[in-house]
Amino acid sequence: MFDICIIGAGIVGSAIAKELSKYQLHICWLEKGEDVSVGTTKANSGIIHGGYAAKHGTLKAKLCRRGNELYRQWVNDLHFPLDMIGAFVIGFNDEDKAVLQKLYENGIKNGVKDLQIVDGDFVRQKEPHLNPDITCALYVPSVGITSPYELAIALAENAITNGVELRLNSEVVAIEKEKDHFNITTHYTPLSVHFDYPKNIKAKMVINAAGLHADDVAQLVGLHDFKIHPRKGQYLLFDKDQGPLVNSVVFQTPTPISKGILVTPTYHRNLLIGPDAQDVLEKQDLATDASNLARVVETAKKTLSTFDLRKVITSFAGNRAASDRGDFIIEESKVDGFINVAGIESPGLTAAPAIAEYVIDILRNKGLAFTEKSDFKAHRKPYHHVALMNKEALNALIKESPNYGRIVCRCETVSEGEIDEALKRPVPIDTFDAIKRRTRAGMGRCQAGFCTPRILEILFDQLHMPIETISKNVKGSEIVIGRTKRALEEEK
Amino acid sequence: MDTKKLICICCPIGCELQVNKTENGVEVTGNKCPRGKKYALSEIEAPKRYVTSTVKIEGWMYPVISVKTKEPIPKENIFEVMNVLSDVTIKAPVHVGEIVVKNILNLGVDIIATRNTD
Amino acid sequence: MKSSYECVVIGGGPAGMAAAVAAKRNGIKDILIIEREKVLGGILNQCIHNGFGVHHFKEELTGPEYSSRMIDLVRAENIESLLDCMVLSVDTKDRTVHAISPEHGYLQIKAKAIVLAMGCRERTRGAIRIYGSRPSGVFTAGTAQRLMNIDGYMPGKKVVILGSGDIGLVMARRLTLEGAKVEMVVELMPYSNGLPRNTVECLYDYNIPLLLSHTVVQIHGKERVTGVTIAKVDENGRPIKETERFVDCDTLLLSVGLIPENEISRGAGVQLDPMTQGAIVGESYQTNVEGIFSCGNVLHVHDVVDFVTEESSVCGEGVARYIAKNLQNEITHKLTPGEGIRSIVPQTINLNNLNEKVKLYMRVKEISEKRAVVASIGDQIIAKKRDIKFLPAQTVTLELKKKDLLTAAGNEVVISVQ
Repeated sequence: MFDICIIGAGIVGSAIAKELSKYQLHICWLEKGEDVSVGTTKANSGIIHGGYAAKHGTLKAKLCRRGNELYRQWVNDLHFPLDMIGAFVIGFNDEDKAVLQKLYENGIKNGVKDLQIVDGDFVRQKEPHLNPDITCALYVPSVGITSPYELAIALAENAITNGVELRLNSEVVAIEKEKDHFNITTHYTPLSVHFDYPKNIKAKMVINAAGLHADDVAQLVGLHDFKIHPRKGQYLLFDKDQGPLVNSVVFQTPTPISKGILVTPTYHRNLLIGPDAQDVLEKQDLATDASNLARVVETAKKTLSTFDLRKVITSFAGNRAASDRGDFIIEESKVDGFINVAGIESPGLTAAPAIAEYVIDILRNKGLAFTEKSDFKAHRKPYHHVALMNKEALNALIKESPNYGRIVCRCETVSEGEIDEALKRPVPIDTFDAIKRRTRAGMGRCQAGFCTPRILEILFDQLHMPIETISKNVKGSEIVIGRTKRALEEEK
Repeated sequence: MDTKKLICICCPIGCELQVNKTENGVEVTGNKCPRGKKYALSEIEAPKRYVTSTVKIEGWMYPVISVKTKEPIPKENIFEVMNVLSDVTIKAPVHVGEIVVKNILNLGVDIIATRNTD
Repeated sequence: MKSSYECVVIGGGPAGMAAAVAAKRNGIKDILIIEREKVLGGILNQCIHNGFGVHHFKEELTGPEYSSRMIDLVRAENIESLLDCMVLSVDTKDRTVHAISPEHGYLQIKAKAIVLAMGCRERTRGAIRIYGSRPSGVFTAGTAQRLMNIDGYMPGKKVVILGSGDIGLVMARRLTLEGAKVEMVVELMPYSNGLPRNTVECLYDYNIPLLLSHTVVQIHGKERVTGVTIAKVDENGRPIKETERFVDCDTLLLSVGLIPENEISRGAGVQLDPMTQGAIVGESYQTNVEGIFSCGNVLHVHDVVDFVTEESSVCGEGVARYIAKNLQNEITHKLTPGEGIRSIVPQTINLNNLNEKVKLYMRVKEISEKRAVVASIGDQIIAKKRDIKFLPAQTVTLELKKKDLLTAAGNEVVISVQ
């Protein structure tokens, strides 16, 4: 019997798992995907927001600012990507300035202390490439950028190190409420590495952090009091040589009809523009399209007109898990012991650590005992990244493990050693995209053209997976379909 | 008169050839070199192609090694040759020009390696 | 491992090997080729089809045979090579190559001259902005070629190929021979971009349709590709909505162009030509940075490897001259693309460095028939070459004689199609 079962391993589930792992609790953590962070978490702007935008008095406003502060503490132990580069909300006229003034006031109420209304010259001094017609801006130094999946992975690794039992590829298909516990049935569909997971789990409490599918999970216990409406946002990601065009996160002043398009460097210093907003019917609909992205480009040009469209590396889309209630839904439901953490749209990435605290408060109020573990490990070792290491450190590392000297991904300078390392970390992974998220192999300008054959080989050697089961991500996304020659087939 | 248009494949230039069949025989025009004429004639009579492929190899850093037909073979035999190569396994070391399959399908043409293993 | 060489060549493909061999034959003793793979040969090793070497070796070879011959030359000349080693950067101040390898760790190798011969990479789906979902089954043609020819993997069974460049055409045949069904090759331009020979041998032989003036506008499928939407394009290359249709397939291969891999060059301060996306070089293939040379596909994308060997040999001779302090850096003549010419390599000349002549490698902007490529200084024509047909996908070469350059008044050579 588990004390708690967390459903969903996005950023919210990861933050909750990480926080709960401090205490003497027996925790099971279920994720339907092949890795943590593979839903909304993997495809968003990666912004750690300042907290000025959400309307004062909402849960979003309260948790966003607190989340921003917590990340800045957590990063010292967990070493995830975080760079507080600051943000501008840019304006072009008095009308915009009035909106910025309102944002400023809202921000002050939300407890954001470092806000400043600045003029065009101030903006140009920090951001020489932006539209010269900018007349004013709200400047927010405490805005940061992260790499959202690397962030979630860091939290998840820490949670697992501290005893949380993560089960990937495990979709929850039924939940029965018993007197003092839940019977949870999962459908386990591993890609390659089979773990001996029991199909049925008993847990005293359930935390539903299933993101886009939070309403589907809630329905399993008969709850129909909210709906998640996927809202798609599309992005264009540019080569790193376009990254230096901006130094900060640049938002446009929101208007009644549009929130504007964001222009920002990513944590790894690519240029990112997007997202738009489009309600879609299907939660898994992540297709990009030319007409929406043309609008994204047009709108982004109002901020920055000099990006080179030939330098686009990829387009992608993410679906926001917007609920029909407008604000975050974080509450114990009508079913005793079943906690919903749903409708976590923007600024959910920022708020996640504060959401975790808030959930713990709910559990504490229910009388759950929180006794700290004596052997809790607060620290999590960061990954080695050859691209970021100095000569001496690199030399020492290669001497110890020569594979760190063999570059597999040329564009991002990722070594074989880093891939070996990713395969040995706490989250058990076996797909291309999972390796990519951790090491950045395949993230660069050639988009995995050169490293695909090498990574296939490494997965084959390390995990002894049959070649035709090695997948990009989910089942069915195998990279190659088999061998060219019959004589090779027995080699499985 | 029977006219056929061909693109010469003997070299990267790709001359556009015209083959005219008249009572006096076959006439080729458009070729920049004698090989073009030869190609046009054989293409009309019995088209032949080199086949390049790979075969399984043991004891080397890669699982397959590249091979080719030493001479062009009749076009209609290409897939049969591929079928034979699918089951072939050789052992390293191998050198360019070494025979991998002798006289494949009795076509009078050997399959030879096109790469060195060392 | 020595820490300094007279010449370090970055890249052990056909360009790097030819440059090293030529430098050696011209008196440079101390040469190191650095190669990221575990073998020399570069991309030629995976080009198992034939058609290479007709100009240079006067016989028809497959890619691996061509590279084997080059490797034999490298060995015969006793040129040192460092395999499984990745160059990270070139520091121009002290002309040092920074690299790492599993065996040697972090390396700093000083060189009097450095040859950049890193080759090129393929344009991707993102770069040409094909939208849709992001399933598996989308490959660049070269990646599929490597998977099949080196590793023995089958990338898919029902294939659409976008781009009629040579790699795309060759892969259409290769996939067909290995049992896949190639549904079609789709080409944006109104003409095929590959060698005529490949269009015949790779497509016509196997009845694979070539759809000109078409493109892929959308990719479908959640896990694996389930199909693509193709459309006819107008004269500006824009898809025409009404002509969109769905094609069922499990694999999309992209053969939509190659991009010289000049990240190291850029970092070293080498100036690039926007048309070739490679370095701007002189007649001896020296870049704007003294002592740094460039040749092969990293300089400009070639259609025929024979030209790579030829040009890289000239580069190697230039390196030898440079090390012997016989190379002049000033520019005496500039080469300017005129009407109908897209790019010219080399871009500049110093007459004093020429023996008798300089060979230019050019690309034309559009298809033309029965025209001539003409080089002129002012009103004076100094070289001319007629051809039945000029194709954008094919290199046009032209030789300028030293004596003609000497006698003509002026220092700007304009090349145009007339």
